[in-house]
Amino acid sequence: MLEVQNLSMRFGGLLAVDQVSLDVQEREIVSIIGPNGAGKTTVFNCLSGFYKPTGGKILFEGKEVQGKPDYKISRLGMVRTFQHVRLFSHMTVVENLLVAQHRHLNNNLISGLLKTPDYRAREQKSLDRAAYWLERVGLMDLANREAGNLAYGQQRRLEIARCMVTEPKLLMLDEPAAGLNPAETRDLNRLIVSLKEDYNVSVVLIEHDMSLVMDISDRINVINQGRPLASGTPEEIRQNDDVIKAYLGEA
Amino acid sequence: MAANNFKHALFCAVITLIIAYPILGFNLEAQGVDITLSGADTFTLVMVALAALAVFAFQLFREQIMGAIASVPTPVPSAPREPMNENKRARIESWVLTGILVLALFWPFFVSRGAVDLATLVLIYIMLALGLNVVVGLAGLLDLGYVAFYAVGAYTFALLSQYIGISFWLALPLGALLAALFGLVLGFPVLRLRGDYLAIVTLGFGEIIRILLNNWTNLTGGPNGIGGIPEPTLFGMEFGRRVKEEGNTSFHETFGIAYASEHKVIFLYLIALVLAVLTALVIRRLMRMPVGRAWEALREDEIAARSLGLSRTAVKLSAFTIGAFFAGFAGTVFASKQGFISPESFVFLESAIILAIVVLGGMGSQLGVILAAIAVTILPELAREFSEYRMLIFGAAMVLMMVWRPQGLMPMRRIHIELKRQG
Repeated sequence: MLEVQNLSMRFGGLLAVDQVSLDVQEREIVSIIGPNGAGKTTVFNCLSGFYKPTGGKILFEGKEVQGKPDYKISRLGMVRTFQHVRLFSHMTVVENLLVAQHRHLNNNLISGLLKTPDYRAREQKSLDRAAYWLERVGLMDLANREAGNLAYGQQRRLEIARCMVTEPKLLMLDEPAAGLNPAETRDLNRLIVSLKEDYNVSVVLIEHDMSLVMDISDRINVINQGRPLASGTPEEIRQNDDVIKAYLGEA
Repeated sequence: MAANNFKHALFCAVITLIIAYPILGFNLEAQGVDITLSGADTFTLVMVALAALAVFAFQLFREQIMGAIASVPTPVPSAPREPMNENKRARIESWVLTGILVLALFWPFFVSRGAVDLATLVLIYIMLALGLNVVVGLAGLLDLGYVAFYAVGAYTFALLSQYIGISFWLALPLGALLAALFGLVLGFPVLRLRGDYLAIVTLGFGEIIRILLNNWTNLTGGPNGIGGIPEPTLFGMEFGRRVKEEGNTSFHETFGIAYASEHKVIFLYLIALVLAVLTALVIRRLMRMPVGRAWEALREDEIAARSLGLSRTAVKLSAFTIGAFFAGFAGTVFASKQGFISPESFVFLESAIILAIVVLGGMGSQLGVILAAIAVTILPELAREFSEYRMLIFGAAMVLMMVWRPQGLMPMRRIHIELKRQG
């Protein structure tokens, strides 16, 4: 469903991403790993439209999306999270989830001011969807708290829930396990697998926690210094000499 | 420590002298065509010296004084109180608001004409502040040229009545829509800018509008302004002693009561009241609608908002346009109230005052903004006795506010949303 061909991103003299290709099938978890500064987040920024890639193609469900504005890409069903949690921290947890459903709502000012039946129906539906996902990630009791007051692990889960209420087809998670304790990481592991199995969402994952990556990925792409280094199943990557070299240095 | 304190106190006292002596110690007096400089009387000089002494003493014993103040128990408990039941609070609030509204409806019939006039001005400022609250408080766009949209509304009515002779009721939507259009057109290029840059560009825009009005003498009359702006009519009834326009009747003749100039003032007040209430209600709804949430989301985290499919341009433009719309509303009422407008009424200070109201009231909080609008408009009137020190008192009040309640009079409270558990 997602196909990236020879993606390149150049910042002046720096080639941050060089000819990276990857593809994601339906209901598949694909991980991107690599040392710090390898260009993983830059790839995400290109995919989600925050950067305009300087070369290559990005096909989402067969349509070229490179260079499209970020909000349009998101509306197509490619939604991302961020390395550092980005919540609307002064808004409540529910409001965070309602904002995410903006495009599903009746945005006509007049019908909103008059509270037409269609407006109410959609508002109620988005509230129900928010309630469903809050229950799903265990934040129901905190629904009316300000998002900024949640514990870190809860903020991480809220961010994923906020993506899921947009009903995405492809979810891009940028280091979702960063800062989580082992128990929380296990929960996250189960949550991501369930997103794939129960909600038919494909996942692209950037992560440094190797046990998580090896455990849930269907396939793994390794990037080093902006260039693709290897790709394959977790088993293949584990045995790949280049990858071991890049991570551990020459033996 | 003591030596350090002494040096600091001495320094502060000298600064006080340096600032106060030239300002208060010299007087410029006109003698014919010449201006002569004369020293102030002994009394003023003694007062300046006393002030410097007071500053010196305060700074020297500052810690002791502050300690003494801190040890006095404050009447307001600083510990967080048990939050009131959400429903109960909403009920109390709606009762209080209804009470205030009823009071506001009947109050003008029992007070002086000047008071009603002032109250109309307060209502105009409430409208302006509520509109700016959308732009600054909710959407987080610092707009320093808000008064431009106010001017557009006022001049729309003034010009159209002068050249085409339209009535207040037609001008009201027209002025608001034209102001909104200006907001839209200005918004397009400038909303890419953020923070300080946006503030500077909007500031420039506000000045451009004023300078344009000042210099386009053929159309706007320049600094002479436009007079003879008609007052609102009630179903074709005029409030003047004699009917000005063909086909209209006069209010006092229709109802067979004696003519009183108060009728007109009270009528204008009531119109302003209705419009202010309407503004508050509409904006309150907007805040709870998707568009209101989108404004706040964009203020909180623009990148996250975009990643969730919110178009930055559309959301910001809507805030800017709606803010401008209500400024146009207020402008039309203002023009009708004054009967005469000139660019003098739309200087930067106006923008600053409206912004001060929003900040003082608490960004995003409607009730806070309304209270602040009342305070900021009425305080200078009450302080009229202090004449030239009015702005000084105003400034001091602002500084004290920022020290003690930086979040504003009544910070915005988030609404509580009840969720049904999904079985």
